[in-house]
Amino acid sequence: MAGLELLSDQGYRLDGRKAVELRKIQARMGVFAQADGSAYIEQGNTKALAVVYGPHEIRGSRSKALHDRAVVNCQYSMATFSTGERKRRPHGDRKSSEMTLHLKQTFEAAILTQLYPRSQIDIYVQILQADGGNYCACVNAATLAIMDAGIPMRDYVCACSTGFIEDTPLVDLCYVEEAAGGPQLALALLPKSEQIALLEMNSRLHEDHLEKVLDAASKACRDVYAVLDRVVRDHVQEVCTLLGE
Amino acid sequence: MAVEVRLPAARKRGSEVLLPETNRHLVAPGDTITTDTGFMRGHGTYMEDEKLLASVAGTVERVNKLICVRALKTRYNGEVGDIVVGRITEVQQRRWKVETNSRLDSVLLLSSVNLPGGELRRRSVEDELAMRDYLQEGDLISAEVQAVFSDGALSLHTRSLKYGKLGQGVLVQVSPSLVKRRKTHFHNLPCGASIILGNNGFIWIFPTPEQREEEAGGFIMNLEPVSLPDREVISRLRNCLLALSTHKMMLYDTSILYCYEASLPHQIKDLLKSEVMEEIVMETRQRLVEQEG
Repeated sequence: MAGLELLSDQGYRLDGRKAVELRKIQARMGVFAQADGSAYIEQGNTKALAVVYGPHEIRGSRSKALHDRAVVNCQYSMATFSTGERKRRPHGDRKSSEMTLHLKQTFEAAILTQLYPRSQIDIYVQILQADGGNYCACVNAATLAIMDAGIPMRDYVCACSTGFIEDTPLVDLCYVEEAAGGPQLALALLPKSEQIALLEMNSRLHEDHLEKVLDAASKACRDVYAVLDRVVRDHVQEVCTLLGE
Repeated sequence: MAVEVRLPAARKRGSEVLLPETNRHLVAPGDTITTDTGFMRGHGTYMEDEKLLASVAGTVERVNKLICVRALKTRYNGEVGDIVVGRITEVQQRRWKVETNSRLDSVLLLSSVNLPGGELRRRSVEDELAMRDYLQEGDLISAEVQAVFSDGALSLHTRSLKYGKLGQGVLVQVSPSLVKRRKTHFHNLPCGASIILGNNGFIWIFPTPEQREEEAGGFIMNLEPVSLPDREVISRLRNCLLALSTHKMMLYDTSILYCYEASLPHQIKDLLKSEVMEEIVMETRQRLVEQEG
């Protein structure tokens, strides 16, 4: 690691966080009037926007329809201005397609799709600023947007990335830490039932360390859950008061 | 022409004086509502390990032994007898598909519309071929829900002179939960326009017709130009509806009328400014509270 000290001797990271500390999370539900559900989230400098349409009639070819549950259709995109170097294609490249697939798998596990046979749920997420943990920010934003749309889910889906540097698990990696190239693990968790919706790891990690890293990641997911839960409850409280029947 | 440009402003948190904090049971997905097994599972809930859990964020409603969670905002869940406004999306064999903001497109059967020539007319093959002459893609209709299928799709009918194709007017889309269920959803407002408050959140504002042309069965539209004063009333009503819906107020004849009256001191275009919206909605709320009193 060429000169860059990712974890200081005192246990602080580059941006001054402790190893198990998250970045500041700010979120808002119901940012668009046109969509069925929408949400915006900031995790440190990573900013994501999620929009949900549906459940609605299948668009495009009818053959996609499933007779016993809803189709979950996702699209992940990164704004052209989201990265340091300007991107040419906002979506459709390999990385985005893979991310789209992951999001689809995650939310098929969480949404109660069997309640909506022969319909379709669209989830569109866009990264407005990329500073590490893009997948996680997208999952968290999409969770809020789905809740805003009133689509039934088993539980929240909270995601957090974890790295492993100098024998210490670091949670919620920022771009610099991601780029350093250590092992990285992305976990999407249903926090109440502690079920794993998605677990992805790139590069190798010794078996002995896996449990430690996984524990740190699930702890971080529950921390994310606490923040999101606060946002949802405040939103519900506010709207209920306004409706005030 | 002067153009006003504004920066986006942060929304204010739900305000203040008129709104008492109500003590309702609010839940989020995954929350345990009860561990007692003596309850029935309603919408917005699911069972896991003998526990009743919420699956949407909203308020818990109990009716005897039935527990439901009502989400704040959802797609339209149809019930028999509801009035809806919808848009034709497709013409199929003996049926039209209608977009009603429901989770599946609704169907309007050829046998459940009144064709020109009276109620007792037989439907022939020619009618089937001429379906697109009656209603084509993109047309708006008002209808009543006749039945709900097992997958949640709705079957509509227009077998009354109240319903049928909509002519000239303005459509406003709001969340279905904002439309209050009343005995009547057709109103001739005293301000000079009529309104159809569809239970599905589609609201149709149109100039009050002078007399009903009964014979056509609602398929011939009046294409006379609408007079300027009428158009102004309609635009004002539209902006009032937008103001009420952004501030999450229930929509029904009284609230709309009060809002309309509160908006009169302002120009129509100013009603879209956030501070003016807030002011007129506040005034409307005040009047409604006083009236309930």
